[in-house]
Amino acid sequence: MNELMAMFGAVVASPMIIPAAFGGIAWGILGGALPGISPSITMALLLPFTYGADPTAAVVLLASTYLGAEYGGSIPAILIRTPGTNSAAATVIDGYAMKEQGKAGEALGISLYSTLLGSIFGVILLITLTQPLANVALAFQPTSYVGLGVLGLSVIASLAGESLIKGMMAGFIGLMIATVGTDPVTGLNRFTFDDPELLSGIPPILVMVGIYAVAELFEQSSQPGWRQTNSADASIKMPDALMRARLRVAQVIGAVIGFIEGLTPGGGGTIAAFLSYNEAKRWSKKPEEFGNGSPEGIAAPETANGAVSATALIPMLGLGIPGSNSAAVLLGGFLIHGMTPGPMLFTKHYDVVMGLYAGKVISLFALVIVGYLILRPCIWLVNRPKHYLMAFIFALVLSGVYAIHNSLFHVGIALAFGVIGYGMKYFRIPTLPMVLGVVLGFMVESNYRRALVLSDGDHMTFTEDPIAATLLALAAIFIVISLVRHFRDSLKSGKAEQKAA
Amino acid sequence: MSLSKRFAACILAASLFAPTAFAQTYPSKSITVIVPYAAGGNTDVVGRIVSEQMSKILGQQLVIENVGGAGGTTGSVRAARAEPNGYTLIVGQMGTHAASVGLYPKLAYDPVNDFEHISQLSDTPIAVLVRKDFPAKTLGELIALLKADPQKYNNGHGGVGSTSHVACLFFTKLIDARPPMVAYQGSGPALNDLVSGQYDFLCDQIPHLVPQVRAGNIRALGLAQMERTAALPDVPTTVEAGLPAYQASGWNAMFAPKGTPREIVEKLSAAANQALDDPATRAKLEAIGAVIPRKENRTPEGLKAFVAAEIAKWVPIVKDAAAK
Repeated sequence: MNELMAMFGAVVASPMIIPAAFGGIAWGILGGALPGISPSITMALLLPFTYGADPTAAVVLLASTYLGAEYGGSIPAILIRTPGTNSAAATVIDGYAMKEQGKAGEALGISLYSTLLGSIFGVILLITLTQPLANVALAFQPTSYVGLGVLGLSVIASLAGESLIKGMMAGFIGLMIATVGTDPVTGLNRFTFDDPELLSGIPPILVMVGIYAVAELFEQSSQPGWRQTNSADASIKMPDALMRARLRVAQVIGAVIGFIEGLTPGGGGTIAAFLSYNEAKRWSKKPEEFGNGSPEGIAAPETANGAVSATALIPMLGLGIPGSNSAAVLLGGFLIHGMTPGPMLFTKHYDVVMGLYAGKVISLFALVIVGYLILRPCIWLVNRPKHYLMAFIFALVLSGVYAIHNSLFHVGIALAFGVIGYGMKYFRIPTLPMVLGVVLGFMVESNYRRALVLSDGDHMTFTEDPIAATLLALAAIFIVISLVRHFRDSLKSGKAEQKAA
Repeated sequence: MSLSKRFAACILAASLFAPTAFAQTYPSKSITVIVPYAAGGNTDVVGRIVSEQMSKILGQQLVIENVGGAGGTTGSVRAARAEPNGYTLIVGQMGTHAASVGLYPKLAYDPVNDFEHISQLSDTPIAVLVRKDFPAKTLGELIALLKADPQKYNNGHGGVGSTSHVACLFFTKLIDARPPMVAYQGSGPALNDLVSGQYDFLCDQIPHLVPQVRAGNIRALGLAQMERTAALPDVPTTVEAGLPAYQASGWNAMFAPKGTPREIVEKLSAAANQALDDPATRAKLEAIGAVIPRKENRTPEGLKAFVAAEIAKWVPIVKDAAAK
């Protein structure tokens, strides 16, 4: 109760919080929706404007931008098959499938609704449990992150689609791509061919933009006419009671996984989306719809992303340790105003923390209003004649890629992955395992090697850490279940074919 | 004289006078300041604080552009190759403009000869820290433990080539012990695992560590400089703690591409100095744990000599570690 009063007091003391929350959401959605511009870059672009601002409004602006960007990433994922942010990659699968079925408005409504629920859940936990929960980040050791990453990779087994071999192949190619760049332990250059542009590796977003967006553009340009959209397509449809009931399980899964992911900053934020997608599929009453436009396939990852955008602030505020790029930018926002997040923040700058909480609550309202208003022009845009739209998407995607590091080399990488993605489509090799490999490869490898340096090369260290042991056991169980199901299914279809013959 | 010839003569004459005229009107548009790291980090914050005040002094906006990647060398290469007209500058630091020479055999720039040196912007003290429950209570005890059984104790650092990495290489070279080193992706994750006790000791710049030291989550055993710092007044210097040779600090400095006109470099250097003497700017820098650099390092010649000295200091340490 005291905290509610303090939050209200903070809004009265610095009313700039309200426009900051709305502005942050609007700016975040734009930045997140632009492929290539990550949430942290979107936030960093605002940093200079926060200098002169009231400190509370400044941190509210940055935190709201983070939430806006996490939501914004799903818009191009659904409409043009391009995740605007890394964590929207899982939303592409069913979001674009729904758009293809003429249900773009419904898909966008589900995404907005789920992001909102996830972030309400996250904000409540942020306000009530930041101090007790901050230390969870400390319980996660390098070994635990290996467990988490392997669990993320185990999703490949169930998302491989029709051919497990092809899925594994794609996954391994993804892992190989993740080895390009400076070795995380020794600093040696790997597969960089003496090109300084490759020293920091191949950013996962380039791979995604290439194999999703560019490949889709190649594909579309080889086909006549865009499927004509029906009128339902153009209107945004928020989920009705029936749909809300259907999404509930997926959203609970997303909220819980997103919450845990937010507390463990070394994970990278994308695992939550994929893990909750996979879990939602496992617990769904209609798992066969996943991959073919399942509403739950959008709800689970988007709820997770919404939850992460709030709970990721817990270790940053409570410990003063930024685990992700976005949290680091927010930390910068605090430092610029002479505040150091960490154990002392809550006593020294209590009013700012309360103001930030109040701002997070206001940003939820902002998300509903701005998030809804922005969808109509987006849908209008993707319903333009095919030739204009394709040129527009091409320009948008490539300028986004260029903007990450102002690098033409990166544009070349994205185009190359476009060709690879087109080829994979042609040979019916699933792309999702490759994306997972690229996203998780570096994290798993660096933590694995870190854990082994710490343990003097003893692999038993993974069983001694209870978190790692649990996560690895779960991964093993998931893989076995998926394999059994896979072989059973192929046996069935084999018999069916024999009978038919 | 035909009209076109007269026109050509005008252009020729104008081009002869252009450099000085250019310097007098400089800056006539906004200036890009490359920060070779992601936004929000130490170099970025220092660069932004000083650039903000320099914008007021010069009457043109200094716009920060974060060009991260490859330990800061990507942005540094871009700055070195930028047009030397005073409209592209860079805020480099100890990693990009000293240690990198030893770390990257094919470094595409020379920190001394490929840049015009403007001014050092900040100095950040480096400390040796241990986890909360580590047996050693003093720097001397830590050194004794490391010398007795170097394999038993782990060092953590923020990634190959980071300040915390080379600062620790220097420390372990001085005491002649080679403990295993664990690389993290940045200072934040490295701090996280020192607080949770995953490894034993860290040598890093103190700004982001101060709250954890004050809260008692980690302990600082020695500060690698001559005088104690106001941020952690109870922490002895390495001189007091018995390892006076361990003198190291992280630093940030502003550079322009080689060939930038002398007048412009001097104008920028004067503006940077004026900014560093501004009480509000000073207070902001000190609030993040930085120290205002000595006057002599705030001139083009002084900074050039300082960078050369830093290279001479760090390159053998880095190369020595790589060879073993």
